Amino acid sequence: MLKYLLNRIWQSVIVLVGVTLVTFILLNVVPGDPVLVMLNKRADAETVERVRHELGLDRPLHIQYFDFVAHAVQGDLGESYFQKRPVTEMLNQGFALTFRLGALSLVFSVIFGLLVGTLAALFRGRFLDHFLMFIAMLGISMPIFWLGVLLQILLGLNLGWLPISGTKAAGWLVMPVLCLGISYGASASRLIRTNMLDALGQDYVRTARAKGLSEWIVVGKHVLKNAAIPIVTLIGMQLRSLLAGAMVIEMVFSLHGLGRIAFSAVTSRDIPIVQGCVLYTAAVYVIINLIVDLLYGVLDPRIRIVKGAA
Amino acid sequence: MAFKTKKARVMEELGLRAGDLQASTLYRDAWNRLKKNKMAIASFFLLVIIALIAVFAPLIAPYDPYTQDLSRINEPPSSDHWFGTDDVGRDLFSRVVYGTRISMLVGVVCEAICVPIGVILGALAGYFGGWVDAVISRIIEIFASFPTILFAIAVMFILGPGIMNIFIAIGVIGWTGLARMIRGQIMQLKEKEFVEAARASGASNMKIIFRHLIPNCLSTIIVVITLDIPGDIMLESTLSFVGLGVQPPDPSWGSMISEGRKFIRQNVWYSFFPGLAIMLVVLAFNTLGDGVRDALDPKLKNL
Repeated sequence: MLKYLLNRIWQSVIVLVGVTLVTFILLNVVPGDPVLVMLNKRADAETVERVRHELGLDRPLHIQYFDFVAHAVQGDLGESYFQKRPVTEMLNQGFALTFRLGALSLVFSVIFGLLVGTLAALFRGRFLDHFLMFIAMLGISMPIFWLGVLLQILLGLNLGWLPISGTKAAGWLVMPVLCLGISYGASASRLIRTNMLDALGQDYVRTARAKGLSEWIVVGKHVLKNAAIPIVTLIGMQLRSLLAGAMVIEMVFSLHGLGRIAFSAVTSRDIPIVQGCVLYTAAVYVIINLIVDLLYGVLDPRIRIVKGAA
Repeated sequence: MAFKTKKARVMEELGLRAGDLQASTLYRDAWNRLKKNKMAIASFFLLVIIALIAVFAPLIAPYDPYTQDLSRINEPPSSDHWFGTDDVGRDLFSRVVYGTRISMLVGVVCEAICVPIGVILGALAGYFGGWVDAVISRIIEIFASFPTILFAIAVMFILGPGIMNIFIAIGVIGWTGLARMIRGQIMQLKEKEFVEAARASGASNMKIIFRHLIPNCLSTIIVVITLDIPGDIMLESTLSFVGLGVQPPDPSWGSMISEGRKFIRQNVWYSFFPGLAIMLVVLAFNTLGDGVRDALDPKLKNL
């Protein structure tokens, strides 16, 4: 297990290096000139040269890259072009809000999804199954930002129960979490139902039933355990897309999280922030992936052995 | 007497005419099962209708989607303007009709880019394991490490907004989920007896992957595609919603919701109808996909 663990951590480091490389290439090399992008292609040649020198962008690319990585490793993602604040500091603040939003919604959506998905699988083909899956389908099919707007209209404007936006009023977190939880819980319940059905169709379930075990033990001990691998993957994927969803939801509810920082940086063409945001969230994703894979190994010894040998 | 095939002789003995015998194949069976699923067929026809709306948008839309009428702004739905009008008096129904074009195109083009990449890379990684898996998995992970929306934003930032750039952005990043699923599934499948049997009878690795393993992942591929097409449509509308996708005045459902948001106090319907349109299309794709999955995988159906 230790070998597997070390191996996996080493792989994560490689991925992170890859991430810095792709980010750097994407934002600095491919289109040619970050200064032109930043100045929105309107400045004269002299200004462009001056800005380029000030930002150290006239140095050779590989030196810029190593400089960027060396600073990034120390947690320094540079300084915002326009706000003149350290990017890391801004992102830490934004991430605190985004993560809080995402984590709360994850808990909500997984409980919701497990409940609905398992119920639907057990009542497969009957009215309850059709009804729950139809509701879930509606939930998945709604664009999350539209659901946000609808909730604002219903709970905020018409009923006046919850604040429409911002973080000032009490209960500001309720509507965003509700919105993300409904949306992601709906997709979770569908996948959990599929995996439960898959596990329910296996021979060992028939054997367990034939042995005369109660339905509770069959489902709780045999089916859930075997459906666990896809579900763990699902939760990992869920958390990642939840963070992305949270960034969009921040736009709807005017919350100052990572998403809002990223979007406004794109609008103001502030490259260090865009670059920092991409790298920062990518690092968070890599860590989540690592945790999910380690859980894989715990849940299925076969995978551990195969991967450990690699 | 002319030489007859064995099949022809058997048919003659049994007194059958050509056409009486039909081979029972996976896909014919699946099609027969799908036909019985009313929701899936209804969704299929809904999608056909939506595709027709996209093609014949100029004939269907009662007004020009760009023409402003400042004397009639933010109107609720009426017999003149079925979905009401927006903040500069454009007909919302016509704009929603034109928005169909963008959404349908995004779903189809992006999947055509993503699926081959995802399936092949995922299958190779899952089957061979070892260093092949290590390399492919790292590539998948590097690409999957970028939050879709941020990666898309970074690409749009560089390329500038526009519909072609949306295809590129979504296509470049969208394959990783499928690749991971296929890899995981093949890792489990390759331990099964039928793979051992195929190997024992001398099948090459490529034959095992493409003839035995990938077909066994088909239901997964289809489920993932059906979850992905709506995902692509959503991603496009999200990008347009935050102002980085389709640019005004072009009518994209996402950007219409974003515009409408500013006027929820004056006109609730403004952002309501474009969202409803997205939901309908996504719902139809999801329901059809579910039906196709049940039809292709009777194991799930006949529990």
